[in-house]
Amino acid sequence: MTNRKTDMTPDSTTRALADALTRRAPGDDRLAAVNAALLERAENEGLVDIAYAQVDSPYGELFLAATSRGVVALGLPNRPADDMVQRLAAEVSPRIMEAPARLDAPRRELDAYFEGKLRDFSVPVDWSLTRGFTDRALHVVAGIPYGRTLSYTEVADRAGNRKAARAAGTACATNPIPLIVPCHRVLPASGIPGNYGGGPEMKRSLLELEGSLPG
Amino acid sequence: MVKSKPVRSAPKLPPFQELLDEHGRDVLGFLIASVGPDEAEDCYQEALIAALRSYPGLDHGDNLRGWLLTIAHRKAIDHHRSRSRGALPAGSADEVGGGVAVRDRGLDAAEADGSLWRAVGTLPPKQRSAVMLRFSADMAYRRIGELLDCSPDAARRNVHEGLKKLRGELA
Repeated sequence: MTNRKTDMTPDSTTRALADALTRRAPGDDRLAAVNAALLERAENEGLVDIAYAQVDSPYGELFLAATSRGVVALGLPNRPADDMVQRLAAEVSPRIMEAPARLDAPRRELDAYFEGKLRDFSVPVDWSLTRGFTDRALHVVAGIPYGRTLSYTEVADRAGNRKAARAAGTACATNPIPLIVPCHRVLPASGIPGNYGGGPEMKRSLLELEGSLPG
Repeated sequence: MVKSKPVRSAPKLPPFQELLDEHGRDVLGFLIASVGPDEAEDCYQEALIAALRSYPGLDHGDNLRGWLLTIAHRKAIDHHRSRSRGALPAGSADEVGGGVAVRDRGLDAAEADGSLWRAVGTLPPKQRSAVMLRFSADMAYRRIGELLDCSPDAARRNVHEGLKKLRGELA
């Protein structure tokens, strides 16, 4: 141990080693291939509690997430997807992975809906992110048929509290699964389309698609 | 409870995908260095499946990079044991230093690193792990000691002995 001090000092070998190790980081293609194999096995072993993906729509990219029970979250184009991923990790399960194949069924139904070829979504919904009155109000919203609308007061009434129109509005504003739980079919008493998570223009456009744009 | 809604008293853990995005490359790089390029992918899958399995039960979200590398290290050790041989068999050091490197980043750098990787491949397994964890994973001696089941001082000695041998090999 005569040379201990030298041993403690980063020297050319140490630097070369560190450099070499850094540069040896596997390339993108290789990493993508091993991660794809990993995802497939994780799915087969039931270790992915939540799968998510970005999917195209006429309004921009949507965020979609599903558990084994059904679609648990849908993010409209102007909502940051990472916020949704973080929220799902914290509130539902941290075993959340980007796994587009698992979102094929809701993606296809959304495509058909935007083309006017699908009126009723058949993909199941996972209500893990809703609680209390919001949960009850959104179950009412989920039952509003294509082409029909309700007022916030009517939703509140059907959810068990006629005076809770404002809370019904909050429920719609925090709806974790818009489109599939069609909060765009809930309108202010004045009859104008009103606000929407994807912007008022998107709400107007969806109502127009469904033939229920108020005069 | 009408519906079973998860009640999590557990600490806030980041999305697993985020762990994979941030540390997956380093875990794979560490394993390529530890067990060689051919076996690294199996070890990587074993390690991350094990991580995913136990992830929701973690009691804190501190140093998740170290946690992943710890699991990867254990898988590498399992691999060594099951093969009852060193990580980089003498004959394959050239391939490791040359083959993968050439694919990943071009010939010149590979030539420059070839001798270094051949030298790393000749280290005894414990020194090789200690050196790899120190420089590939940037791990503290205390943590390396935990992984290698020895004291921080012993971990430091393993790193320094390993480096000394490398200097000798490369001199």
